[in-house]
Amino acid sequence: MPPPIRIISILICIVLVAYVFELVRRKHLNEEYSLGWLVTGSVMLVLSIFDELLIWISDLVGATLFTSTLFFFGLLFLVIICLHFSIRISALTNQVRRLTQHVAILYQEKSSLEEQMYADRTLERTPTSLDKF
Amino acid sequence: MNPTIQETLSGTLPTAPPSRTYPNTLVVIPSFNEAKNVGLVIDGIRREVGDIPVLVIDDGSSDETVKVARNHGAMVISLPFNSGYGVALQTGFIYALQKDYSVVIQMDGDGQHDPKSLKDLLEEIQREDVDVVIGSRFIGTCQYSSTFARRAGILIFGRLASMIIRQKVTDPTSGFQAIKGKAIRFMASDFFPPDYPDADFIILLHRFGFKIREVPVNMFPNKENISMHRGHKTLYYIFKMFLSIIVTLLRQKPRF
Repeated sequence: MPPPIRIISILICIVLVAYVFELVRRKHLNEEYSLGWLVTGSVMLVLSIFDELLIWISDLVGATLFTSTLFFFGLLFLVIICLHFSIRISALTNQVRRLTQHVAILYQEKSSLEEQMYADRTLERTPTSLDKF
Repeated sequence: MNPTIQETLSGTLPTAPPSRTYPNTLVVIPSFNEAKNVGLVIDGIRREVGDIPVLVIDDGSSDETVKVARNHGAMVISLPFNSGYGVALQTGFIYALQKDYSVVIQMDGDGQHDPKSLKDLLEEIQREDVDVVIGSRFIGTCQYSSTFARRAGILIFGRLASMIIRQKVTDPTSGFQAIKGKAIRFMASDFFPPDYPDADFIILLHRFGFKIREVPVNMFPNKENISMHRGHKTLYYIFKMFLSIIVTLLRQKPRF
């Protein structure tokens, strides 16, 4: 691999891995989601540092340019990460749906309870266990 | 000793008084911006079946739907934001499950469904060997007209569903239905499709072993010509239906 692209590649990988670490440290990124990025960054880093490995894999898969091998693996990991996101988003959507429904029902019950309480207030108001809340 | 919170609340929870003629029955009306129509729908229900409790699910309407529904004597549950027909409808079933209703009627809030047909649905759902009664506009005397694409869609997926469940279903997209007993629990579960129930849902109901029956109902043509499929592109609809039917069939026979 020509030196300039090798250096650029190594630098990008190091920055990516370091940045993901920093995000996790600051709790901006959950450990669950950091895994995909760290694996991607590390594998790319290893492939960029050890030329022979990259050339060997390129020969194995029949790629004429070893940069294409690098791109290929980068893309593959991105696809996996995206799919993982789709799955998580689907789960989150379902959870939000459930929450919406239950919040709506609870709110209705709360309102009608309040109405009931105000209606009862015209009668003599005795302390109930509700007052503790 | 102070009473527990349950004791304090028991008996005071203001649920609507049950209907005398149809005990344990709830009418659920999902509505989105239906201030003009929902009042008429509720009045129609009152006229036809009397003091039945009516629950309007307001799907984040921006108009006066909630006020109108309350003024006409319905209970209202408001979703905090617009979530779509299926989510609103399912909210009604979750409520019915929590309150132990044994029969739920679902109706649209746009006045398309003729309240005169309510009695037929209620009568049919009382039978022993039925769990879900679908009000069909395509059997009987109803003169329902619609766009060609919509009719074609209903016809094709209705035929497909009929073939798969080996029972004739003419109107799988009908939002005018009666659901009873265990099927209410099913409607409130995660199996319920999040967007809107259609032919795929009929197949799912069948696979769960629920008995489906169709009765003729009257529907008025939609004045503004928007249906519950608004916002859904035709191509996406076709794709979604085929995918959903295939996936439903490929799933393991669910236990419920």
